[in-house]
Amino acid sequence: MKKTIVPIGPYHPLQEEPEFFTLTVEGERVVDIDVHIGYNHRGIEKLSEMKTFDQSTFVIERICGICSTSHPFAYTRAVEDIIPVEVPQRAKYIRTIIAEGERIHSHLLWLGLAGHFLGYNTVYMWAWKLREEILDVMEILSGNRNNYAMFKPGGVRRDIKSEDIPGVIKKIDSIVPTLTMLKKAVTDDPVLAARTKGIGILTKEEAINYSALGPTSRASGVARDVRKDSPYGAYEAVEWQMIVTQNGDVFDKAVVRILETFESIKIIKHCLLNLPDTEIDLNLKNIPPGEGIGHIEAPRGETFHYVKSDGANRPVRHKVRAPTFMNLPTYKATVIGATISDATIILAAIDPCYCCTERMAVRNIKGKKLYGGEDLIRLSQQKTEKIRKNRGK
Amino acid sequence: MTRVEVLKDLMHRFKEEIVDVSDKSPNRVYIEIKPQALIKIACHIFKDLGARFNIASGSDLRYHMEILYHFTIEDIDLLISLRVRLPKSKLVIDSLCPYFAAANWIEREMHELLGIDFAGHPDLRRLLLSDDWPAGVYPLRTDYQEWDKSAIRDRGV
Repeated sequence: MKKTIVPIGPYHPLQEEPEFFTLTVEGERVVDIDVHIGYNHRGIEKLSEMKTFDQSTFVIERICGICSTSHPFAYTRAVEDIIPVEVPQRAKYIRTIIAEGERIHSHLLWLGLAGHFLGYNTVYMWAWKLREEILDVMEILSGNRNNYAMFKPGGVRRDIKSEDIPGVIKKIDSIVPTLTMLKKAVTDDPVLAARTKGIGILTKEEAINYSALGPTSRASGVARDVRKDSPYGAYEAVEWQMIVTQNGDVFDKAVVRILETFESIKIIKHCLLNLPDTEIDLNLKNIPPGEGIGHIEAPRGETFHYVKSDGANRPVRHKVRAPTFMNLPTYKATVIGATISDATIILAAIDPCYCCTERMAVRNIKGKKLYGGEDLIRLSQQKTEKIRKNRGK
Repeated sequence: MTRVEVLKDLMHRFKEEIVDVSDKSPNRVYIEIKPQALIKIACHIFKDLGARFNIASGSDLRYHMEILYHFTIEDIDLLISLRVRLPKSKLVIDSLCPYFAAANWIEREMHELLGIDFAGHPDLRRLLLSDDWPAGVYPLRTDYQEWDKSAIRDRGV
């Protein structure tokens, strides 16, 4: 059969971010896929070398709008690893609270988008409505709905006031019944199951070969989580479950994320109720020469920062590796062999964050049929509609 | 295996190839190795010890280039960083991509940002830089000069 190239682009096929996939298809089936990234590259690693250690915290917080805590978290841990030094207990708890709040809203955001791609706009609306509550919680705790600016090398910038805590816990509790309903609706729905079960399977071997991270690898049976393997923050002091499923398909990735949200709620509540009464900042002044590594579990997987210092007030080298950098190349293993209408949700299933990976391209191939992002979402939604109608017969 | 056993085994197995070991903290160890032994040691750590490849980070240290290959062995919570030094006159090292897929993108990134060649890499196209970026200009090198006079780039504080 004749091969056709389907460029997915320009701009926002999946997550409203610049990216460019080239799908080579035979009929409806994808036989090859390539990705071009680089159009969102802002040179933040270089920029960070020109800022002081304290200023860098603000620069890298702006790498990504959704996981805006994970980068400062990994970076501050890398700087603290140079010395090395442990931050005060209360700072650890506050960091954990902020990081888990971010995980909840990030997973809910993904769940909503996944519902939208599949033509389930009810899921989209419900999930984003719940996300709003969490953003309010973050505003109460940090003063910001996003880019919380809570982190600094050696501790946290602001304390959590004890009079805020009861209100925050009430607000967090208020989303649990709806979230439980949503979980049941998503996992029990036969049409959603038909669209996502057995689709885009990433086997355990492939997940290890690609060193996939976070929910992407945990859905494939790789029981790895930085929070458990190399505990930081307050994770050692809290009882929580690592969610691992075995099938590696889109459905399992969704299940991992939804169940993780419940674990995060548990962690936040525990930390808020057991905040230790210590200092929140070490007031680090000088960073000695040396190198440090900080890695933490962001919503999408491990975020890894390497910082090298020569004793001056700014890093000589700052390497940032976001989880999507490792997760995105798994498209080679998951999309090939699938149909075009499934490609959208498979590519979305890793929860790609191109801001973090920093880059994605747009290219127009003359004479080739061009699917815009909206066309692909429409194709995907039509398929769900068809399954739904056929079931009704 | 415990942390001590893993390190002892590595020292014993590759005593010819290991140049220096810096045992920084309970969870971090930096091992400097000879560049030609990279594949042997990295594959042993990745495949036999069951480590996960975190990432590699290259830096320009003025007189030579340095690449750190970071691996995590989660069971014993140990982060092993293999340090390789390359002379500026000969910036070539064997690619790890044929042995595990996780090394693919980062080698492409180091190739374009630092100008290090990875022998045996199947696809050394550009990953991040735009198409109009001139060849032979590497932004993460210390001797990088602004080539685009019209560009407004932040020069820091």
